[in-house]
Amino acid sequence: MFDVTFVTQLLNGLQLGSIYALIALGYTMVYGIILLLNFAHGDIIMVGAYISWIVMSQLGMSPVLAIILSVAGCTLLGVLIDKVAYAPLRDAPRLSILITAIGVSYFLENGAQLVFGADAKVVPQYFEMDNLMLGDVQLSSVSLLIIIVTAVSTAVLTYVVNRTKLGKAMRAVSEDMGAARLMGINVNNTISFTFAVGSALAGIGAVLYSMAYTQASPTMGIMLGTKAFVAAVLGGIGSIPGAVIGGLLVGLAETFVSAIGLSVWKDAVVFLMLIIVLVVRPTGILGRPMTEKV
Amino acid sequence: MAKKTATAASPKVEKGYKSLSMPARYVINLVLVAVFIFVGEAMIDGGMISRYQTGVLEQVGIYIIMAVSLNIATGYLGQLPLGHAGFMSVGGYSCAIFIMRNMEAFGVTARDFATGAPQATLLFVVGLIFGGIMAAICGLIIGIPALRLKGDYLAIITLGFAEIIRVVMQNIDGAIGMDLTGGQKGLTGIPSYTNFVNTFVVVAISLFLIHTMMKSRHGRAILAIRDNEIAAEATGVNATYYKTLAFVVSAFFAGIGGGLYAGCIGVMMPAKFGFMKSVEILVMVVLGGMGSMLGSVISATVLTILPEALRAFADYRMLAYSIVLIVMMIFRPEGLLGSYDFSLSRIIEKAMNGQLFKKKAKAAKEAK
Repeated sequence: MFDVTFVTQLLNGLQLGSIYALIALGYTMVYGIILLLNFAHGDIIMVGAYISWIVMSQLGMSPVLAIILSVAGCTLLGVLIDKVAYAPLRDAPRLSILITAIGVSYFLENGAQLVFGADAKVVPQYFEMDNLMLGDVQLSSVSLLIIIVTAVSTAVLTYVVNRTKLGKAMRAVSEDMGAARLMGINVNNTISFTFAVGSALAGIGAVLYSMAYTQASPTMGIMLGTKAFVAAVLGGIGSIPGAVIGGLLVGLAETFVSAIGLSVWKDAVVFLMLIIVLVVRPTGILGRPMTEKV
Repeated sequence: MAKKTATAASPKVEKGYKSLSMPARYVINLVLVAVFIFVGEAMIDGGMISRYQTGVLEQVGIYIIMAVSLNIATGYLGQLPLGHAGFMSVGGYSCAIFIMRNMEAFGVTARDFATGAPQATLLFVVGLIFGGIMAAICGLIIGIPALRLKGDYLAIITLGFAEIIRVVMQNIDGAIGMDLTGGQKGLTGIPSYTNFVNTFVVVAISLFLIHTMMKSRHGRAILAIRDNEIAAEATGVNATYYKTLAFVVSAFFAGIGGGLYAGCIGVMMPAKFGFMKSVEILVMVVLGGMGSMLGSVISATVLTILPEALRAFADYRMLAYSIVLIVMMIFRPEGLLGSYDFSLSRIIEKAMNGQLFKKKAKAAKEAK
């Protein structure tokens, strides 16, 4: 049971799951505050990966700069998308905003395809790292780094949401936007801040993804984003620990389904998992049951 | 908004207002459809429309069915399913495989479809309905769990289901050890069982069925659920039943559209029925106006012909789609036509009463 391949696969699963978890956090935060399924979130990651590629591969600058610019670029892009596409629709029906989000996602994908071409670009390694040996098991240092970065990011996010003034404002807005506004909270700034934090996480996710899979392509965001959203819904949307649990579950499920030789079915398994969880617990594993107001 | 629907829905109760009887309305529309198909066929026979253009026209018909069927779930029911391409692929594969497997049983060869032999027509009809029913079954399977969920969850669960369908279509052959869908490389050798006439006959029948359903008690119930589910339930509408019904009907016609698509294109590839295809159909519905059949028909026509006409700009097509979608939602969220629907009978009635061009003057007078 506890053999070498199992440990390797477990680590692979946790690595993939951590990336999903980071992206799922962005989904969860945006959904929690304005009830918007931000379809463009996956594509923000794509942009982040391309920024890294440009900075390192095209401009030949340092990896540290690439990381900083990727995260900063994603953050700016997230806020910009909110201001341009979502903010004018704050009071519009949910369906309209959702369709706008699909439009933004489409725009980013096709824009990237026009600018960079349809083929995948190879993102160079950020750092040279030796793998660790634990007994006779080789542990990929990239995997470990990804898992650690995700854990730290989640901890920081939890602290920000639960302990800071901005976090308090975010929770207030997500609970009742109107009442929060009456209490003197600047709702628009809070929403922008949420987008900034969510997109910054997406930027970190983009860097980690490029570290592990070293590729950037215009459509990489679709599956990545969809899976991460599945993770967020699985865990219970709006819940930070839920997103992490969901992300890890999806990552592990995918890796182990592939490991037993059914890799072509892994997408189907993930979505089947989602359907089953939603049927049994419509608000996800850690989601709070919602009652509808008349 | 409320004012608009009120004028559109209010029955003409003025005294002395001449109206058309229902049979007369049906006859007028039937004649128009027949004339359209006859003229089209004559132009194809006469060589005024090339083979390539005929193919594009058939695709127009197919996308009209796809858009109008998605409109049932989006515009009329007010949900956002993102897996319409999944139903299309189920219908397409089922119909194509059914027809290919049963050609011998019906005594039909591939050439008979072109000559319009009776057995070939029968096989075509049975195959299409089979495709529709298979899609409807999928719609039911996903509809029951999905419709317990609200908005976004429904969107994502249907998206997931369509992905599952895609993966299944890609890998089912290996799993059951049978040569069924042709896997990744696709199902080839589908006889070309569609032509201009039968495609548009199917389009006309589909539009008629959807239209009459929406004007019936069932359609009203579906609209009531869209406007306010809780209020609809309080007035005795069985929301779960009607939501499932709308969903299944939507899937059924998507299956019919898929069946036509398989015959028109001749190849079925699982990868073609991904999320992109679903969004493409959604764009047609949104652009035309959610809840407007005419809107769906027009935008499906324009959005199918335009890319063919603008092949040189194919790279920018999707980019333009996305910008149109965003701009549309910000400035005109109800679509080009909103929920306006065209009714020839209404116009004829107005003409009969000599009110065709008085509407605006009258409305202005009323406003004062």
